[in-house]
Amino acid sequence: MNIPLLTVLGRMTLAFLEAIGAVTSFAFQAIRLAVQPPFYRRQLVRQMLEIGYYSLPVVGLTAIFTGMVLALQSYTGFARFSAESAIPNVVVVSLTRELGPVLAALMVAGRVGAAMAAEIGTMRVTEQIDALTTLSTNPFKYLVVPRLIAGIVTLPILVLIADIIGVLGGFLVGVYKLDFNDTAYLRNTLDFLEFQDVFSGLVKAAVFGFLITLMGCYHGYTSKGGAQGVGMATTNAVVSASILILTFNYFITEAFFAR
Amino acid sequence: MNASPSAADSSKISLRDVAKSFGPKKVLQGVDLDVAVGESMVVIGGSGSGKSVLLKCILGLMAPDRGSIRIDGEETVDFNDRGRARVMRKFGMLFQGGALFDSLRVWENVAFGPIQSDGMNTEEAREVAVAKLGAVGLGPEIGELFPSELSGGMQKRVALARAIAREPEIIFFDEPTTGLDPIMADVINDLIVKCVSDLGATAISITHDMASARKIGHRIGMLYDGRLIWQGPVTDIDHSGNAHVDQFIHGRAEGPIRMQVRKL
Repeated sequence: MNIPLLTVLGRMTLAFLEAIGAVTSFAFQAIRLAVQPPFYRRQLVRQMLEIGYYSLPVVGLTAIFTGMVLALQSYTGFARFSAESAIPNVVVVSLTRELGPVLAALMVAGRVGAAMAAEIGTMRVTEQIDALTTLSTNPFKYLVVPRLIAGIVTLPILVLIADIIGVLGGFLVGVYKLDFNDTAYLRNTLDFLEFQDVFSGLVKAAVFGFLITLMGCYHGYTSKGGAQGVGMATTNAVVSASILILTFNYFITEAFFAR
Repeated sequence: MNASPSAADSSKISLRDVAKSFGPKKVLQGVDLDVAVGESMVVIGGSGSGKSVLLKCILGLMAPDRGSIRIDGEETVDFNDRGRARVMRKFGMLFQGGALFDSLRVWENVAFGPIQSDGMNTEEAREVAVAKLGAVGLGPEIGELFPSELSGGMQKRVALARAIAREPEIIFFDEPTTGLDPIMADVINDLIVKCVSDLGATAISITHDMASARKIGHRIGMLYDGRLIWQGPVTDIDHSGNAHVDQFIHGRAEGPIRMQVRKL
């Protein structure tokens, strides 16, 4: 009974390592091609709009409600210890360090990562990627590189906006529901905020942007088997990006803040 | 069927002993083929006989397991990215499903090669696109539409316009008439003959539409069991002396080619 179990475990381990190797090779190929001409600027701008501008509503809504809930929940807990004045600090630090980048990235993974995998996967199964090659265009460079760069550049901007909107959400609940003084709330927010809080969040955002677009492109580019394959690629892109976001979040946090 | 070395040297496209397998399935088992400059070669064969794999190996979209593929006498099997891109400049390809970029307008599809690969400016490329669309019987207003707004026949014509936009030396046609009604199929056949003739291009078409094969080809070869089992002028196809070819061109269920069918 032990031998089949070991065989299954061995196969799973090999498949896992093979997948890591394939993704890493894919990422290195993208990085190598990113520094070689030609550069597809129009594609880059299009992807930046797609990832950044069109994700603003969903990320903004997520941020404002997260900030509002954070203020409300912190109040119910902190009021027991008469520590209500710490609420602005908790809201801004939680948002800039953790919730802003992680929630924005998860929302973008669901919206953009899935769309990328579906678009590139459909191009794969309808031979559009082969068509690019026959038109002397490197499909990897044309499709993958602009998306990866757009993800790395755009996510930090998106997270910065999400941070501001999230703090605004906390401010609205603090001032209009919990009767904080507006000036004191803002002063508390700014006094406790450190450069590293924001910076670590932006570094996370850049890494998450890379991971989301990498997973979307990889699963789309390697998809096969028609509509079912594209559907599977879409699911895999979102699931793998979400897991990687949460995993890398821990390690980046440890790198910045572990004593 | 092996051609002599001198024939291979003067060929535009020359294949020797090209083989390709997918796992245990041997799709190509040593294909030899020579296509002369300006010649239109049609490869016929049943579904799954390896016709598309053959084209993809020549294009470099798939690497053969063994064999030699020469374009203008230059070995292409071991090309790096740069070498492949240089040779690819000679090719145009009409894909079976059109493979039009659905995020781009029709004129942008046609102008894609001239803009992205040849560095032509947008206005000039747009003029080229309109001219090529005209050559396949489509007006400039079609250029403003997206591929999803076109019928199957129009998509094929746009794909043909894109394939000839850079005036390639070699054009491949993958099942050009599949999925079209007989009249539209004949229109596409006429356009293929006209485009190949006007450009003086070398062409390889793969099809199982015999009407199309007879119309667009100078020579026909039949791929069966991973090998080219017969090739010769179109005029010889009806008296090939090959039982497999006879069965295929007459579309008979009975003959040396057996389909694996189980009883219900």
